[in-house]
Formats: sequence, structure tokens, C-alpha cells
Amino acid sequence: MQKSIKKYFALFALPTILAFLIAFIIPFILGIYLSFTEFTTVNDAKWIGLKNYVRAFSNQEFLDALWFTVKFTIVSVITINVFAFLLGLLLTRGKKGTNLFRTIFFMPNLIGGIVLGYIWQLIINGVLIKFDLTLTSSATYGFWGLVVLMNWQLIGYMMIIYIAGIQNVPKDLMEAAQIDGANRFRILRSVTLPMVMPSITICLFLSLSNSFKLFDQNLALTAGAPAKETSMLALDIYNTFYGRTGWEGVGQAKAVVFFVLVALIALVQLVITRRKEVEN
Amino acid sequence: MQKARAKDYTIFIIMLILSIIFLSPIFIVLMNSFKGKFFISDTPFDLPTSTTSAGLKNYTGGIAKTDFLSAFGMSVFITVASVAVIVLLTAMTAWYITRVKSKFTSLLYYMFVFSMIVPFQMVMFTMTKTANTLNIDNPIGIILIYLGFGAGLSVFLFSGFVKSIPLEVEEAVMIDGCGPIQAFFKVVFPILKPIAITVAILNVMWVWNDYLLPKLVIGTEWQTIPLAIQYLKGGYGSIDMGAMMAMLVLAIVPIVVFYLLCQKYIIEGVVAGAVKG
Repeated sequence: MQKSIKKYFALFALPTILAFLIAFIIPFILGIYLSFTEFTTVNDAKWIGLKNYVRAFSNQEFLDALWFTVKFTIVSVITINVFAFLLGLLLTRGKKGTNLFRTIFFMPNLIGGIVLGYIWQLIINGVLIKFDLTLTSSATYGFWGLVVLMNWQLIGYMMIIYIAGIQNVPKDLMEAAQIDGANRFRILRSVTLPMVMPSITICLFLSLSNSFKLFDQNLALTAGAPAKETSMLALDIYNTFYGRTGWEGVGQAKAVVFFVLVALIALVQLVITRRKEVEN
Repeated sequence: MQKARAKDYTIFIIMLILSIIFLSPIFIVLMNSFKGKFFISDTPFDLPTSTTSAGLKNYTGGIAKTDFLSAFGMSVFITVASVAVIVLLTAMTAWYITRVKSKFTSLLYYMFVFSMIVPFQMVMFTMTKTANTLNIDNPIGIILIYLGFGAGLSVFLFSGFVKSIPLEVEEAVMIDGCGPIQAFFKVVFPILKPIAITVAILNVMWVWNDYLLPKLVIGTEWQTIPLAIQYLKGGYGSIDMGAMMAMLVLAIVPIVVFYLLCQKYIIEGVVAGAVKG
């Protein structure tokens, strides 16, 4: 069978491979190469070694963006997952209207990042105007604005995954714990939480990588204002590429650093997940 | 029994209140879309009154200003075409690389998986340049780019599913005299239907809402909905809040309708996508 399928390589695999080459493989390799060069149009690239990386790391805006992204990611990953898990618990307990509530909480996830950003810009500015302030008066407002926005967007998504996890906990395990005299909190800690560990891992990973790579919402809500203080990594890289001539190489070096960070997060997550699987 | 019922009601009421809070941002935008542009920033939380109401002016003005209808058409075309191409071609590729075992196919598989973790910014500049050089920076060409950049997740999801189909099914069909093309389209692809729906949904959500890729690749000549909305913002201070609110509502309506129509599949798709991804 293998042989007869193999003959049809050009039909089955080639189109996807070509598109993958054009959209990913070539740009990826070219991107790594260009991060070691000085260029404005790709064709005029001159090798300059690690200079771009040195410039990236001595660029205060980049370091600020990195720190802002890390802070934001930590806060939103915690809040999203706590709220999503609690909602998931409540929705697996009650019976009335479960489907309706699930539908409602998931809805913001379908709305695009640009639209989400402008929705929250209106609301937050509407509150702040009562105090003669705006979203861009201080970076603090932008920070918490992004946290609220991200919670609104992702809680429903994570909740769906938690609900699936909680529903998979065997009923007799719960009953056995109840008969043994465990109270509700004890059951949650010793039965439910360990059993939904796979969901927790997935949700942590998804909320982590989504928060870390945030772009559209950041652009629409504050666009980095005031004075780039609320720029996250993705936005900072974008502005380096398209807002500063002569800095294209530095932008590419920043992008490589960004990629390495995301890859590290994914790798650490994978190692932890594997370890959990072995234990089970 | 009664205690259980009381508990049910308490949870129901808590959830109802939370739901209302959750939906209020959308309601506030809807409300403001009917107000005159000068009243939106000052009193965003008030219902429109006879003095603040602008009727449908924001909608008509906004549609004209952003050329919303052509942006809508562009979004529909790019999303439908890209997702159709992605689902069909990555299913074929996933079947090929799962069934034909060689060093090359397993390398390909790992490359696809690898591409899933690479953030867009890494290839942002070079992909745009490549698209320019190859003259595929147009609404047809962008479908190819979506296929290439979206292939990772889709091939991964399809491959996981193909592995669970017993080989005997395909062998039987091929012994009966079917070639691989018939075997794939008559037998394998129908079996792949559940995962194909998941792949389609995850890709619709991504492509429809995507901002940066269309902006960089085709954005100077053609606009999708997210681009039209970002374009409205214009220069500092010149933003027409009324038109903005109306366009936000128009951007939300299609995706919410889509959601309500295939809610069951979307929620199942999200769970399936999460477990495999």
C-alpha cells in the first residue's frame, strides 16, 4: 500500500509542502540569517555578527517591553485560570441553564483582538473620564486594562477545557472520598485537582503563550501609550521593523530572541507534562 | 431533594448575574452605536435619549467611510477559501505522511509540529518580503500563505486522527481495486469528518480575526474587517467614535451568528483541539 500511495506525492503532499516552504521554512531560515546582518530590503544584507543582538539588549524599550510582557503574563495566567476553574466547578455542579451559560462565557473568544481592544478602550475610558483621566494617563491603567481584556476573552475558552476535565473525573472516586468522610474542600484538593491535571497543564500553556504573544489587543487598546510604556514584546518588535529605518536587523534579532523565549516556555511545559504522564 | 433544588437555584442566580456582567461590554457598544459621536466619550454608560440619539447615521456613515461592504466581502472570501484549502490539503498531506513511512515524512512531521510554536513575529518581515518577491501579495496568494502558516496545527491534528484509523480499512479498499485517490476521497476523508470540523473551526476563528498577516501582505490595497476598523482610527484625535461603535457592532454580528449556528461543533472543536494540541 505504501508504494502505491508514494507515487501520488505530487498530489497529496507537494501543495502543502510548497506553501509551507514559502510561508514558513524559507522566511524562518532567512530570518535567522538576517538577524546577523544589516539590511533594509533583504537584498542589501551585510554580515555584522552579533551586533544586532547587542543593540537589541542595550535598547531600553526592548527591555521594558520584555519586563511588561512578563509581568502581564504572570498576572493574567493566574487570574484567567483561577476564574475559569471556579466557573467550571460551578457549571458542573448546577444543572439549570448550564448550556446557556457556557455559550455566553465563551462568546468573547470569537471576537477579534482589534475589536476587543476598542470595546475595552471605550469602557475603561468611560470610567476614567469621571476622574478626568484616560487610559493613556498612566501605564498602570493600560496594564490592568489588558489584564481585564484578556480575562474577558480567555476565561470562557479555558472554562470549556476545565469543564471537560472535571466531567471526566469518575463519579465513584468522589463518592468513595465522601464515604471516607472527606469534606468538600478536601475532595477538591485530593481528588478533583489531581484528576484534572491534564486540563490544568493545557490551560496554563494556552493562556501563557496567548498572553506572551499578545499583539492585536495591545495595539488597539493602548498602542503602547503613554510613551511606549505599555508596549509588549510583539508590538515592540513590530515598531522596530516598521517604525525605525535602519533598525530592521535589530528587529529581526529581537524576533529571534522572542522565538527562543516562546520555544523555551513550550519546552519547559512539555517536560513538565511528560513527567506528569509518567507518574500516572 | 429540596436541598439539591435550592442549591441549583443559587448557582443559577449567581451564574445569571455573572453572565449579565460578562455580556455588558457588548451591550454598551451596541447602545453607543446609536448615539451621536459627541455624546459617546462623555456618557458611554447612558442609554441614547432623544438629544443624544443619532439613529442609523453612525451605521450609514461608517459603512461609507470604511467601505465596510467590500471589507466584509474580502473577509468572507479569504476565510472561506483559506479554510477550505487548509482542510482539504492538510488532510491529504497528513494521510500521506502518516501512511508513507520514511525519514523524509517523519522530518516533515516534526517540522510541522515545530512551526506551531514559532511566533508570527519571527517570520513577519521575511514572509512579507517573500510574498512580495513571488507576487503572491494579493487576495489569492494570501490563501497560499494561510495554508503554509496554518499547516502545522492542521497536519498535527489530522495525523493524530489518521493514526487511530485501522490500516485494514484502507487495505481492503485498495485490494478491491481502488487507487489511493479513490481510497482517500471515498473512505478516508469521510472518516476524518469529525476532526475536519475541528480543524475548520479553529482555522475560521484564526483567519477571520487575523489582523497582522493580511495587513502586511495585502493591506495596502485590500482590507479585511479588522483592517477596516483599525483604519477608522486614523490619526490622533480625529477618530469618529460614532462610526467606530457601529463598525464594532457590524464586526461582532457575523461571528456571533456563526457561533450560534454551529455552537455545538465549536465547543467540541475547542475541547478536541486543546486535548491534542
